[in-house]
Amino acid sequence: MTDTIHIHVSINGNEVTDSVIPRMTLLDFLRYKAGMTGTHAGCEHGVCGACSVIFDGDPVRSCSLLAVQANGKSVMTVEGLSNADGTPGTLQEAFQDAHAMQCGYCIPGMLVSAHALLARNAAPSLEDIKEAIGGNICRCTGYVQIIEAIQLAATRLREALE
Amino acid sequence: MKPAPFNYALAKSIDEATSYLADGNGEAIVLAGGQTLVPMLSMRLARPELVIDINGVDELFGIEETDASVIIKACTRQVTALNSEIVKSRVPLLHKAMHFVGHFQTRNRGTIGGSVAHSDPAAEIPLAALALDSEVELRNVNGSRRVAMADYLVGPLMTAREPDELLVAVHLPAIVPGVTTATSFHEVSERHGDFAVVAVAAQLTFDGAICTKAAVAFGGVDHTPVRIPEFETRLIGQTLAYGVPDAALDLIADGINPGSDQHASANYRRRVARTLANRAVSEAAVDARSGA
Repeated sequence: MTDTIHIHVSINGNEVTDSVIPRMTLLDFLRYKAGMTGTHAGCEHGVCGACSVIFDGDPVRSCSLLAVQANGKSVMTVEGLSNADGTPGTLQEAFQDAHAMQCGYCIPGMLVSAHALLARNAAPSLEDIKEAIGGNICRCTGYVQIIEAIQLAATRLREALE
Repeated sequence: MKPAPFNYALAKSIDEATSYLADGNGEAIVLAGGQTLVPMLSMRLARPELVIDINGVDELFGIEETDASVIIKACTRQVTALNSEIVKSRVPLLHKAMHFVGHFQTRNRGTIGGSVAHSDPAAEIPLAALALDSEVELRNVNGSRRVAMADYLVGPLMTAREPDELLVAVHLPAIVPGVTTATSFHEVSERHGDFAVVAVAAQLTFDGAICTKAAVAFGGVDHTPVRIPEFETRLIGQTLAYGVPDAALDLIADGINPGSDQHASANYRRRVARTLANRAVSEAAVDARSGA
């Protein structure tokens, strides 16, 4: 009953064209069709935030979007946060330096949410950071190092501008 | 967890969407923000034959105002409503409620119409809409009708919307200029952004320090968000800034029908409803007095 639908998506600036069945989520499209496995499948029902991506400029959960809905849109995944040569970007480096990862499963979503925050607020308060990652669940760290990492990244990004 | 197969239609206009719904024989479902529907598809709690995507329907986006009301089109994102100056100044109760709705990743996609269409008994947007005496505008291929929230909310996840009808807008009465109006929204939930265990939305008008009109809606404590007319009537003529009289608060327990689940017992919900109602009403009264 379900025909495939041709879609055209810009992922981290690269144009990707493929055919998808309607029931494929954007999350599965990114992982299995586009090969962008940095985006993690966590709860797959919109609760944990591990699958967060930037969709047309805004952070969203890729498990709660259909791939067909991304037709003609731009998506930025966690892979888009690294430098052009593939080395970790400022935010990723801050996560490493602040020991923000334990198992690391939630981190792609955390990075994407933190990136969205820093893009609109260069000097976020503690409350701003808590609000920004409020939709991302981490079961290891207790969030303290993650918050510190985002503060560290904010400081480094501001210094880089001066 | 993958959805069962379905067909997909991208509607470009309201007419196109309603004609897909008419052809769907009740087996079609409308996709707005997808923050509830796509998880329901993934968990196979929903197994429609056809998913009608309305994200391409320009006429379903935006916030309009008239002299008496604010009209929020169905596909307006929750983040847009949260940041809207019109909503903040003319339907401040909804503005306050929006702070409790999900997280910013979900508000970026989630819609006002989607929340009202789904009508979870613990969701904040239908609760605020009920407190405001809002109306839901529904349309099918034959025409449109407007239904008062009180009649629209039928049961848990059940509404007066017929299977062939599309929810196109929510009409929210604006506060009346020159009348002292105060609002308050309080909620207890397990984590910020979760559905409410109990939530209370209150809008009161005052003449000096005296309450002249009261609307208080309760969420999470019945099959739908509910109002308790006896309770509201008891607030009129009172000052309320030092708390709601016990005689009024005593009317709440009989006006709600909470259930017990893994989140809270029915008795706990009754007590929280009473506490939050007292808090919301007296906060509104204090705000009205201080001109806030």
